[in-house]
This record gives sequence, C-alpha cells and structure tokens, in this order.
Amino acid sequence: MPFPDELVLPLRQHAGKPARVVVKVGDRVERGDKLAEADGFVSVPIHASAAGRVVAIELWPHIDGSMATAVRLQVDRHAMQIPRPRLVPKWEGLSREQVIAAVQGAGVVGLGGAAFPTHVKLAPPRDVTIHTLIINGAECEPYLTSDHRTMVEYPARVLLGVRVMMRTLGVPRAVIGVERNKPDAIAALSAALPADLDLTVLPLTVKYPQGAEKMLIHAVTGREVPSGQLPASVGVVVQNVGSAAAIAEVFETGLPLIERIVTVSGEGVRKPANLIVPVGTKLIDLLDYCGGLVDDVSAVIVGGPMMGVAQANLDAPVTKGTTGVVALTHAQTGRDGVYPCISCGRCLDACPVFLNPSELGQLAQLGRYDEMEPLHLADCMICGSCSYVCPSNIPLAQLFSFSKLALRRRKAAIA
Amino acid sequence: MTTPRLVIAASPHLRAQDSTPRIMWSVVVSLAPVVAAAAWYFGISALLVIAASVAGCVAGERAFGRPGTLRDGSAAITGLLLGLCLPAGLPLWMAALGGVVGIALGKVVFGGLGQNVFNPALIGRAFLQAAFPVPITTWPAVGGSFWMLRGDTFALPFMRAQAPDVVTAATPLGLWKFSGQETGVVDLLLGNTGGSLGETAALAILLGGAWLAWRGYLNWRVPVAVLATVALAAAILHTVNARFPTPLFMLLSGGLLLGAVYMATDMVTSPVTNSGRWIFGVGIGLLVVVIRVWGGLPEGVMYAILLMNAFVPFINQATQPRVFGTRKRVVGGAG
Repeated sequence: MPFPDELVLPLRQHAGKPARVVVKVGDRVERGDKLAEADGFVSVPIHASAAGRVVAIELWPHIDGSMATAVRLQVDRHAMQIPRPRLVPKWEGLSREQVIAAVQGAGVVGLGGAAFPTHVKLAPPRDVTIHTLIINGAECEPYLTSDHRTMVEYPARVLLGVRVMMRTLGVPRAVIGVERNKPDAIAALSAALPADLDLTVLPLTVKYPQGAEKMLIHAVTGREVPSGQLPASVGVVVQNVGSAAAIAEVFETGLPLIERIVTVSGEGVRKPANLIVPVGTKLIDLLDYCGGLVDDVSAVIVGGPMMGVAQANLDAPVTKGTTGVVALTHAQTGRDGVYPCISCGRCLDACPVFLNPSELGQLAQLGRYDEMEPLHLADCMICGSCSYVCPSNIPLAQLFSFSKLALRRRKAAIA
Repeated sequence: MTTPRLVIAASPHLRAQDSTPRIMWSVVVSLAPVVAAAAWYFGISALLVIAASVAGCVAGERAFGRPGTLRDGSAAITGLLLGLCLPAGLPLWMAALGGVVGIALGKVVFGGLGQNVFNPALIGRAFLQAAFPVPITTWPAVGGSFWMLRGDTFALPFMRAQAPDVVTAATPLGLWKFSGQETGVVDLLLGNTGGSLGETAALAILLGGAWLAWRGYLNWRVPVAVLATVALAAAILHTVNARFPTPLFMLLSGGLLLGAVYMATDMVTSPVTNSGRWIFGVGIGLLVVVIRVWGGLPEGVMYAILLMNAFVPFINQATQPRVFGTRKRVVGGAG
C-alpha cells in the first residue's frame, strides 16, 4: 500500500526488552534509518519505514491495548523513499556470529505473531544440539493468509532464508511444514527446492492450531516438547516462513525489516487483501485503503479471530508482529447467554494439549486457581478452541488467561 | 472514516453456532417418533401420561429451579423420558408427581442443570416404583381403540383403586423371567408387546438416536458400549445354558434401548472423557444382565444406569487425558 501521511513506530514491537530511541524530535530520517537501537541481546532495533521527520516521541495507543512509547514520523510526501545506499553483506563470507549480528541489526523478529527476535533463536545455548530446523508454513489462525502469500509469491526468498539459517544453526536437516489446503504454496516451494540441502516440504493436516509451535513440532517430528520446556529440548528450532523471507531480504538488499505482508480480512472489511504494509501504518489508514469497514462491523481484531486482540483505538499502528487485521460483524461476535456446563466433553476433544477445560473452567469460576496449577493450567496456550466449541458459551479460554494472571499475582504477593 | 463503535472482548472472538438449548431441543425433537409409536400402540393414554409427566417436570422446574431455566429445554427432556418409561394406564397425578420429584430431588437440589449426579428422569421413575409398586407394574396390553383409556387415568390421590376394566399383559422380560417364554423378535422390534410407553418401539428409538449421533448431540460410545456388553454377556450365558435368553431378545426387550440411547447418554450424568464413556457403558451393560438374570426384578436398566451415574466422578478422575508433553495422567481435581 502507499505510504500514509504519518507512521507511528512503537519501541516495543518484539518480545524482550524494548528498543532504546536514538533520534530526537525534529530529526530528518531516510527510509531504513535506525530510530532506536537494540537494548541487550533479546532486543532488536527499530527502523524508519519511510523518509520523513520525527514529530514526537510520546505515548501512543499500542495494538496490545496499552499505551507505549513510540516515535511519530511525519512522512515526507515529496521524498523518493529510496533508502541510503548501503553495503549488502555477502552471507557466504560471514561467520556465524556476523550473520546473527546482521539479523539482529536488521531488526528481524518472528513474523508469525509472537515477534520473538529471530537472531536469538539462531544462537541456541552451547549445551543443546539442534538437529532439525522447522519452518512454520501452517498459517497460525483462520482468516490469515499472509504466510500463504509469502510462500506462493516469494518461494526463492523463503528458501534462501532457510539456507542461511541452516548454515548459521549448523543443522543438517530442515522441514517446511505447510497445511494441505495450500497446494499452490506446496507446489511453489517444492519446485524451487535446492538439490544440495536436506530440505523437504511436508504437507500437514489442516486443523487449528496446527501453526502453534509445539503442535507443529509434533506434526513434523512426532515428538512432544515436554511440558514447560523449549523446542530446543527436542533438538528443534522453529522459524516462520515470513521470518525466513525477511532474513533473505537482509542479505539481498541490505534493508532492515521495515515492511511486512499483512492480511486484511473478515466479513467486516469491504475489500479484503494481502498487502505489503510499512511497519507503523495506523490501522485506520490500512482499513481505509481496503475500502473501509462495513456498517455492521462489531470488532477489529489484530491477529486472528482466535487469539488476536480486539482494538479499541484504530490509531494504533501495525507492528512487526502484526500478521493480520480481521474485522468481524455483529452476526459473528454476537453472544447468547451463558448456560451451565453440561459436561458434553467437547472442550476435551478440542483441546490440542489434552487438558480438561470443563473442570478447569469450573475451578476458575470458583476462583480456585491454586487447584488449577496441578491440572497443567500453564500448558494452556489460550488457543481458544475450548471457548469456540462450548455449546454453553462458557468463556473458558478467557477464564484461563485471567486465572494465569491471578496465579502470577498471587505468587508475586507471596514472594 | 470515523471509528465505529467497536466491541472489546478477550479472544477468541468467534464461536461455533451450537448451543446448549439447541442440543436439548434437538433431543426433544428426536423423541417425536418414539412418542408417536407409543401413541400408536397405547392410544390417547400414552399421550396423556407423557403430557402429565412433562407438565410435572416443567412445574417442578418453575417452582424450584432458577428463573429462566425452562428455556434450556432440559426439563422438557426429563418429562418426555420419564413419561416414556411409565405404563400407559398410570393415573396421571402419579406421572406428574414423578416429574416434580425427578426435577426437584434429581436435579434442583444438586444445583440445577449440569450439577446433578443422577439422571433426573430415572430418579422420578425410581421414586414412583418405590411409592406405587402396583400401578407402575400394571402393563396394559397393546391395541384397542385410540380413545380407550387403559387404566385409572383420572384417578385422584388417595382414591381406592378401581378394578380396572382393561386387559393387561406381561412384559416380555416378565414373561421370560416368570414363565420362561420368549417373545418373537419381530414383535419386539416393532414394539408389539406389553411394557412401558417407550420400551416398545426399538426402531423408533434407534432412528432418533442415530439422528442425534449424526448431529453430534449424542456420544455414540455409550450406547454402543452398553449394547455390545449386553449382547456379549447374553451370548456367553446363552451358549453356556440355553435357559438364558438369546442376545437379540436381551437387546430388544425392556427399557434397554431407551436407556442406552437416551438415558445413559445424558451428558451431565455420564463421563466427559471418551475412555470413561466406554467404561461407563460396559458397567451399565454388565449390571443390566446381572439384574435381569439373577436379580429379583425382571428389568434392571433403571438401577444399572443410576448405579453407574454414581461412579461418574470416579471414572472421570481415573480417565483424565495425558497432558501434551507430560508422561503421566493427571490425577485428582474436583471431578
């Protein structure tokens, strides 16, 4: 989409420490210039997605519902938006550490939604052996198709990114997991597969939440990541296809992560589309570009309808982790009354990590959070499947996120 | 573009279209063929008894339940199921009283829908069996004109029993137990036998159950486990000693089908886990055979289900799923 008049770049767009601002109000910046630098290893810098002038550094609505410090950039309407000429590193000649530093320096984060800094996952602790790199091409939620478009339109870029990551991690094998309902993506990637790498495209069963990290690892390797541990414990690192493409771009153009593919969809949007969007574009500008919202719109969700965040203020900007913007209508979000749990067991069948949401829900409603802990509340990833299927309309996943919070607070109070 | 009024809620923002009232009312609808079969064999009496028991349940829910709980449809199901396990000639006030007791003592005292341990319809039936042992085992014969009353239908409480001027018939299980006669399979399948209203039409029950299972409103594991267990146990017994009835007779006689398809599958009073449902069904099947063959009563479905209802919390606890990424099953919790 074209550049909007103003971009807002929050310093906290990734998991880890927020970036530290390095510009001041009034500064003129070119497209791709650094606005804020990484603050520590688990942090990444933020770059200007367009040429313009810094008009403010202040608290601004964030898509997570809070207010966060952000750099407001008045876009220069007359600039050519050409980045400064820069040296493009030849990745083949770089050491492992140099690749990791380049990826961090470009501000690359996981584009699947969690926005965990990508370079951290490329530098696993020395005492663990990684044998497989899994590339997540299973779209994480219904409605979202940004990963799908990336795979169909940029297969070579994805594969280059995978190659760089395989070398950096020193893994012999990589698997790209793609859900079976994307035959064009599977075909595009398979056609471009290099012969010199142990790299395969694995078609996966279509189900939600197939794109959840632990589910994907299980689908690809048949192994379950032990409760409370990281994928590295089973020798696996998972990266999103979009992140792979972003890494490739760093070594193709030298440009940092300043734009991403965003799905704008849902019955509440007039013209749904997948767009290349400058990071920092306000939701309202993005939705306007897509024809605006229908009259019957009830909610605008950043992320997918199952785990995304409902927006109160459409001035909040697209961040690096924004996979999609989904607008839903009243007919879809309308809620009837809540009925008692009738023990139908549908939530048990739906839970991807085999919890007993029915029982957990009853405990949560009674405020008996301590009893939920031994029932593995911590393993709940709030995927929302239980709430979705519950015929009694009990807000199970919602209760569980609240229970997790309550437990944390209780523990903090004791400590 | 101006910002429209937006709904802010925690995720997930979508949900499936099914609802608890829809499940309940579907069960009510699926019972229509069974009620129709009962009316075919027992005429107006069948409809009157069922209506009285539904009225009793609805009144019980109104009187004792929380406001607004009638809409969920569960009281109507209880009424229909209770009516279907009563004999056609039962005085209406007894049927209605059974409904009130079933709802009040079977459901509301536990905290209403979802909290009850025992199937409320069977609690009502058990109460009537204990309170009025004779009328509840007086089985009118099938046939006769539609408008014929088959017992002291309009009798009032504390009235002395009139000698009913109707033909009664023993149930197939009674015939077998006390006279050693076996009823033909075709008669059983079509319901052309003595018995309570809903016992008599195997085909109609299977039809309704299959429809519910297909819509996902009934867990097929429970009836399959019950029926398979009964068939297997009966086959073994019949092979050992031909005095025992054939598996087919065991399956089609008495309240087994109605119990297995409609009573044992009550979501609230059956286990939540699939492995638990198998255990629950096998338990019911074994108890049914034990009571029928060795017990003092000709029929044991009601007590078999009620007994297994009591075990549901333990079954749930023992069959908790193994959480992803862990080795052991979770034990404990509130059940």
